[in-house]
Amino acid sequence: MSESLSQPASAAARSEVVNDFSITVGTINGTGSQTSNLTILRALFKMGIPVSGKNLFPSNIQGLPTWYTIRVSKEGFIARRDRHEIVVAMNPATIDDDLAMLMPGGAFFYADHLRPRQMRDDVVAYPMPARKLARESGAPPKLRDYVANMVYVGVLAHMLGIDLEAIHEALRYHFHGKASATDLNFKVVQMAAEWAAENLEKQDPFRVEPMEATRGLILEDGNEALALGALFGGLQFLAWYPITPASSVAETINQYIPKLRRDPVTKKHTVASIQAEDELAAINMAIGAGWAGLRAMTSTSGPGISLMAEAVGLAYYAEVPVVLVDVQRVGPSTGLPTRTQQGDITFTYFLSHGDTEHIMLFPANINEAFEYGWRALDIAERLQAPIFVLMDLDLGMNHWMGQPFEYPDQPMDRGKVLWEEDLKKWAEEGRRWCRYEDVDGDGVPYRTVMGNRYPGAAYFTRGTGHDECARYSEDPDVWVRINQRIKKKYHLGRKYLPKPVLDTMDDAQVGIIAYGSTDPAIVEARHILLHEHHLPTDYLRVRAVPFHDEVGDFIAAHEVVYVVEANRDGQMAQLLRMAYPELAGRIVSHSRSDGLPLTAEWVVSGIQK
Amino acid sequence: MAKTNAIGLTKADYKGAPSTLCQGCGHNSILSQIISALFEMNVVPEDVAKFSGIGCSSKAPTYMLSRSFGFNGLHGRMPPLATGALVADPTIKGIGMSGDGDTASIGMGHFKHIIRRNVPLVYIVANNGVYGLTKGQFSATADKGLRLKRQGENPYMPIDICMEALASNATFVARTFAGDPKQVKTLLKAAYHHKGLAVIDIISPCVTFNNQPESRYSYSWAKDHEAALHQIDFVPPREEIWLDKGMEPGEARTIRLHDGSAIVLKQVAADYDPTDRFGAIKAIEESYAQNVLLTGLLYIDPEAPNLYEILNLPDEPLNRLTPDRLRPTPEQLAEVNASLFGA
Ligand SMILES: Cc1ncc(C[n+]2csc(CCOP(=O)(O)OP(=O)(O)O)c2C)c(N)n1
Ligand code: SF4
Ligand SMILES: [Mg+2]
Repeated sequence: MSESLSQPASAAARSEVVNDFSITVGTINGTGSQTSNLTILRALFKMGIPVSGKNLFPSNIQGLPTWYTIRVSKEGFIARRDRHEIVVAMNPATIDDDLAMLMPGGAFFYADHLRPRQMRDDVVAYPMPARKLARESGAPPKLRDYVANMVYVGVLAHMLGIDLEAIHEALRYHFHGKASATDLNFKVVQMAAEWAAENLEKQDPFRVEPMEATRGLILEDGNEALALGALFGGLQFLAWYPITPASSVAETINQYIPKLRRDPVTKKHTVASIQAEDELAAINMAIGAGWAGLRAMTSTSGPGISLMAEAVGLAYYAEVPVVLVDVQRVGPSTGLPTRTQQGDITFTYFLSHGDTEHIMLFPANINEAFEYGWRALDIAERLQAPIFVLMDLDLGMNHWMGQPFEYPDQPMDRGKVLWEEDLKKWAEEGRRWCRYEDVDGDGVPYRTVMGNRYPGAAYFTRGTGHDECARYSEDPDVWVRINQRIKKKYHLGRKYLPKPVLDTMDDAQVGIIAYGSTDPAIVEARHILLHEHHLPTDYLRVRAVPFHDEVGDFIAAHEVVYVVEANRDGQMAQLLRMAYPELAGRIVSHSRSDGLPLTAEWVVSGIQK
Repeated sequence: MAKTNAIGLTKADYKGAPSTLCQGCGHNSILSQIISALFEMNVVPEDVAKFSGIGCSSKAPTYMLSRSFGFNGLHGRMPPLATGALVADPTIKGIGMSGDGDTASIGMGHFKHIIRRNVPLVYIVANNGVYGLTKGQFSATADKGLRLKRQGENPYMPIDICMEALASNATFVARTFAGDPKQVKTLLKAAYHHKGLAVIDIISPCVTFNNQPESRYSYSWAKDHEAALHQIDFVPPREEIWLDKGMEPGEARTIRLHDGSAIVLKQVAADYDPTDRFGAIKAIEESYAQNVLLTGLLYIDPEAPNLYEILNLPDEPLNRLTPDRLRPTPEQLAEVNASLFGA
């Protein structure tokens, strides 16, 4: 019954492709396809096969085309690929494009109520009776579109060899163990698998086989990881305003507060979470909270960061600890808001008017997202400054494999806060406390927080125009002094930031610098460069700005250093050239912003072989 | 020797840096009434925190309560700043000082939303119908038809702060006039003891830019047109309520606040019920028709839950919780890990 065509079939039989291909599913937004796609992803992962899943979705709730790409890689490469070995078409509006993207020799699964304008003869095509099976499943009419998407799960399971028990487990997890939903969906999967067994003849070379490569790992998205990290970091105050792709940071925190942050003593909550009226409010609330001694955070994306500019300058100059999570997306306004980008690097670095430079952390995987979730709170309080955690949509909203989250390996660092008993001790020792005095020579003053009732503990906070004792002053010398001390704090504070990660190869002369979510593409590109082009490379993954000395050393040690990033202008390259003007000639920017996660092939394409 | 209050403090203990506002500025009178009210109520200055935005009015907190924590934030952003800070410690009472520009223009959104959250804050709008600090532009509360030097004539209808507060379901709404110090002080006391957000719109003339007699925000106009809803007394917690000699109980209305203190309203305007929100809105509308400045406690709901209750926070200060109460245990992380999708 399959509309298979003569010549690929024989080719398929010749060489099997096991655990090494991409599946791309084209569906309609809002039809529950995310459940189907995640189910496939999780089942493969459960089978021990390395996977990644990228949701390429429009800014829309229902009706627009959306794609999901699953990478299956026995070698553990999890970057997005432009090559699509298997395509599933469920959307009449995109079926022709979906068919066109399929590589020659690929497998094309499509709902049989759809007709491509013209079927290609260099691929294997499998029609699927999605509507018919959905109807026969007994699902109520309003759920039929959803369960129709389960049909491709079942058909793929049979045709590729995905373990049905793994699918069952993935569904149970997805529906939180709710039997009715799990059973209904699983029934459709089974029906579809049986139908495929009876009606489709395998003519493509792709299949999966169980492996042991994912044992002990978890599959999570970066936003949830970061949210959990913050809760384990003792977060006390969250203010946020809804925005894709950042909302799930706050939503996850809210969801876990009752479970993780019910006070053992009073049974009340130890985190205040407020959905603000806008990002102006969110950041000002977080600054108020940070000023008053709470571990405070706000989570947003580029448009929100734009609105927060003035307040971030206030926090910088008033020296208020606060964490800003920026899950970057393409912007501004509408168009590509649900597409990924590393586009806020220079903007965030300089954010606000006057002389400002900010500390930024770049998690590259879910484990770093969790870690920076708590560590950023420590750094903020240690350095009394706004700290940015720069995520992006790809890391924040897509599922990544990782180790189970590790408990913070350090006690909470509350920084230099003086309470009543501390001030009493200072007084007994004859020491004078002044809010903005550089007592320790590290540029970080001691602070008191609202509620401290010790005589003289209170001070009046304003942005600029204060002397060491927080007294009003417009004296030019005072301003220069205070301003320089803040700069000193910023640079000496580097030692609290995560160091870059270095990976070298023998005889490498070429260096690559990258950061954040592009890591998998870099890792794979280096593999390709070595094996296909005999070009060994060294790789430095930057995890924080300001740069550690290792960054300058790395550039100095290489004739050429490619700075690879997902934006148009090479924003990190700009910061590097600024930080190391004497090495600027060695820095080559290789950057691209197309709204999608970078591919290894594209990374390779920009490196001189 | 200076007079001391019941906790042994003098008025000087409630003062701040010398004011740099213009001589005669309404904001200065508000400052002295805040100082008097807190002095008379025996408030420990360390139990108060001051917040403000930007403007002459927002500079005012510098000139009071030097023993209290204070944060002079950004233009229009006093409400969220105070909200975040006050969450840290429910034993601190917030006093927020804002202006009509700060509140009714750039900060209008925050004003409405801090009301919804019923943050325990005395929210003072020192309202002069003009931008003082930027030298005399129209504010959103300026009268339609007002003429100002270099600005020409204001073609727009004004925003009424109290009306906006009522529309947002504020739980304490009052209007008063800096030239009526006794009423300002009493309303401040009542607001201080209100459990949630208390909005006080204080007509506070800008003697430099908007004090011409035809302006509703001038001393002379306000004095001549003030129509007080009632005579108002504040009775602190644990004190007995005494009515004036010869007064019938029915002539006064007592409103109990959450901490046992009370507001006693002696009727001036007939049948005004300050727990009737719709009645308050109507009274404000009518005051425009009658061309008077309506002052007094316009509306109160003393029982509505405040932000602490809404957020289910501990009674003790959140900012004093020790790390062991803030960081979940390794066992809890193990549970979380086990609940995530693993292979
Ligand atoms: C973001 C921003 N925009 C503009 C200003 C300039 N500015 C300072 S005070 C002020 C108006 C203050 O008016 P109001 O709140 O009525 O206070 P007043 O001086 O009248 O007491 C303005 C517009 C500013 N400080 N910040
Ligand atoms: S300019 Fe107006 S508002 Fe400002 S201090 Fe002078 S009188 Fe007061
Ligand atoms: Mg004003």
